[in-house]
Amino acid sequence: MKCDIVLAGVGGQGILTIAYLLDNAAVNKGLCFKQAEVHGMSQRGGAVYSHLRISDREILSDLVPEGQADMILAVEPLEVQRYLSYLNPNGVVVSNVEPYLNIPNYPAIEGVLGALVKLPKSVLVNAKGIANSAKLPRAENMAMVGAALPFLPFTMDDFEPIISEMFGRKGERVVSGNMEVIKAGYAVGALTAKLLEKGLTSEQANGLTKDLDPLEIEQLNVEELIAKIQ
Amino acid sequence: MSNRELLLGDDAVALAAIHSGISGAYAYPGTPSTEIFEFIQARAKEHGIQAFWSANEKVAYEEALGTSYVGKRAIVSMKHVGLNVAADPFVNSASTGVKGGLVVCVADDPGMHSSQNEQDSRVLARFAQIPCLEPANQQEAYDMTRYAFELSEQIRLPVMIRLVTRLAHSRSGVVTAPAVPQNEMNPVEESMQFTLVPSNARVLYRRLLEKQPTIIKCAEESKWNNLDLPETPSSIGIITNGIAYNYVRETFGGKVPHPVLRISQSPIPKQKIRNLLSMVDELWIVEEGFPEIEDLVRGVIEPAGKIIHGKLDGSLPRAGELTPGIVGKALLGSWPEGLAKTLDETPNRPPALCDGCAHTDTFALFRHALEPYEKQQGKRIRLYSDIGCYALAFYEPHDAIQTCVDMGASISMCAGASYVGQFPAICAIGDSTFAHSGMTSLLTASRQNANMVVVILDNGTVAMTGTQETLATGQDLVDMVLGLGVDKDHVRVINPVKSKYEENLAIIKEEIEYKGLSVIISKRPCVQWMRKSKS
Ligand SMILES: Cc1ncc(C[n+]2csc(CCOP(=O)(O)OP(=O)(O)O)c2C)c(N)n1
Ligand code: SF4
Repeated sequence: MKCDIVLAGVGGQGILTIAYLLDNAAVNKGLCFKQAEVHGMSQRGGAVYSHLRISDREILSDLVPEGQADMILAVEPLEVQRYLSYLNPNGVVVSNVEPYLNIPNYPAIEGVLGALVKLPKSVLVNAKGIANSAKLPRAENMAMVGAALPFLPFTMDDFEPIISEMFGRKGERVVSGNMEVIKAGYAVGALTAKLLEKGLTSEQANGLTKDLDPLEIEQLNVEELIAKIQ
Repeated sequence: MSNRELLLGDDAVALAAIHSGISGAYAYPGTPSTEIFEFIQARAKEHGIQAFWSANEKVAYEEALGTSYVGKRAIVSMKHVGLNVAADPFVNSASTGVKGGLVVCVADDPGMHSSQNEQDSRVLARFAQIPCLEPANQQEAYDMTRYAFELSEQIRLPVMIRLVTRLAHSRSGVVTAPAVPQNEMNPVEESMQFTLVPSNARVLYRRLLEKQPTIIKCAEESKWNNLDLPETPSSIGIITNGIAYNYVRETFGGKVPHPVLRISQSPIPKQKIRNLLSMVDELWIVEEGFPEIEDLVRGVIEPAGKIIHGKLDGSLPRAGELTPGIVGKALLGSWPEGLAKTLDETPNRPPALCDGCAHTDTFALFRHALEPYEKQQGKRIRLYSDIGCYALAFYEPHDAIQTCVDMGASISMCAGASYVGQFPAICAIGDSTFAHSGMTSLLTASRQNANMVVVILDNGTVAMTGTQETLATGQDLVDMVLGLGVDKDHVRVINPVKSKYEENLAIIKEEIEYKGLSVIISKRPCVQWMRKSKS
């Protein structure tokens, strides 16, 4: 088993918090991992990324080899484009749909998202909506890690103790709120994964999940949902 | 698996230093080395370690040397260009030798993720004639640091650990070994050992030369200069170093079908290189950093009958950092492609000054004050700048600065330009950079009463590297400037806020017009620092 991930976003969006969660999940499972990050200049509203490698065997390079990433996990949709050359053609892109607008020449968001659904396997998530409904507006990163979970070698149970440790200081409500956000992200990720598995294109799958309420996904019948496109 | 600690390469070096019984840790911040000191500082009390930020790397190095002088162990850490600043004590400490183990950890930045250059510290280790160790992973960063302290005391020389960004800032699990206690106080007895007057220096330099066969023997026998042989012989051999070793192994899925000599302890093990060369016809030299080993192996008269590939023949790129794909493509001839972009244009998202940054307002004032001179001279006038967040004022929409060379250079370069007639001559330097290397420049300019304006951006912290403690801020800073001989009527403190805009502008215009040296201290705290100190 190996899982190579490129984490992408903008300085301040909590990329390193995602990395911390996944690092600890890997260590707790006795897996090998390496996680390279960039500190310094790039933290002030600039593009940031981190390479995270998880494996049951010794990991050599700290950097994910080009063309071999299994996933790009992006908290910002435009950022995905910068790292596509890392993604292996069977890899998945899990991206937030919410743009981070701090540059004058940000392209039209419809085009940015349209470019993402052209990829062989992409999962788009309204992380802002999820975070806001849990009243944790800064937890978009946690919604994204939830959406990525179906593609990772972990389960919700692996995350829970780490989230308690990470947010325990801030009180029980913040811990349960973050778990809620992760679970809502997971629901979207898991459904999209299932639709892709059934042979739907990224465009079809994301078209179907786009307007769903994450909290109601569990009650949905996947076959009925697919029937909608036919 | 619970004894595995989750550590950055930087942390692993720091933890090993603590476990090696250091009594002192000294540093000046600099990406990617900063976390080494920060890790120790956070645990200093509990372990009875003296840990201070120093004014600059030279000071830090000398403090470490003093700790070593009395028989105790010390670590000094810095980024690669910091070693240029500390080069004087560094090179001379090879002659004096050490008493307590002294490890200098230098973090290089191939690819210049956050640096002015990508110089390779191995070259400076060779220049000083001391050993250099280059970990390939976090575990080796820990193990090599433990060994470095032993080696330092055994051969009585400082020992360098060279990290690169990708290891310094990469996290993985590390298994630790039992800690040892700190050394007892046991100062150097011989008064000549640290007194490099020529008669002593000649003796001591000979001692350094006499140590060379020992450090060469250590390198020849080092387990980190390992020759891995494939199951079936191959006519191609590979020499590699530090993290490049990982990329070589990654290329072949861990099992390299060629003999590989990894060199991670210098001086280079010449006998091992000759052994490898005798087995093969073709040699690849895959190095992260300068083509240091390659240059030494090729020499002036290249080994007869051997084909050598590396950075010097263009088989690998000379500039920038290596990646698994670059190494893989060079060694295999091809490397799998990832996906292509699906968006026509992906605009860059460069780092920028934070919203609410005081530097933005200070530069806006100077842009405004310079307008009449620009009109008169028919060209844009920019400030001589230094290194810090304010260097981001190079970019649009500011376009306000024209230099960023080395710490302190803003003042001295501006002075040099003003002496020969440039006007207006204005420079900008941060509080920490001023403490690091600006004071001596200002002293010199004040003795000449140079016709220039020095702007000290006092934001209360070392912001660029993550808001560490600055040694010169507030009234202390004003007093320092006065103490360096600047006329008190031309030392002005402004608060660059909107409500004082006109007042500040008038002060700046006045000081530009004054025919002599002025210092304007623009004082307003960094917003990131304020945010952090609140939480
Ligand atoms: C010799 C050397 N040491 C360290 C650094 C790393 N470095 C770059 S800027 C900086 C600090 C800048 O602090 P300050 O001048 O106060 O400016 P601020 O970032 O706070 O605006 C440091 C430590 C360097 N580039 N060169
Ligand atoms: S970190 Fe501080 S000094 Fe640097 S850009 Fe942000 S506000 Fe300005």
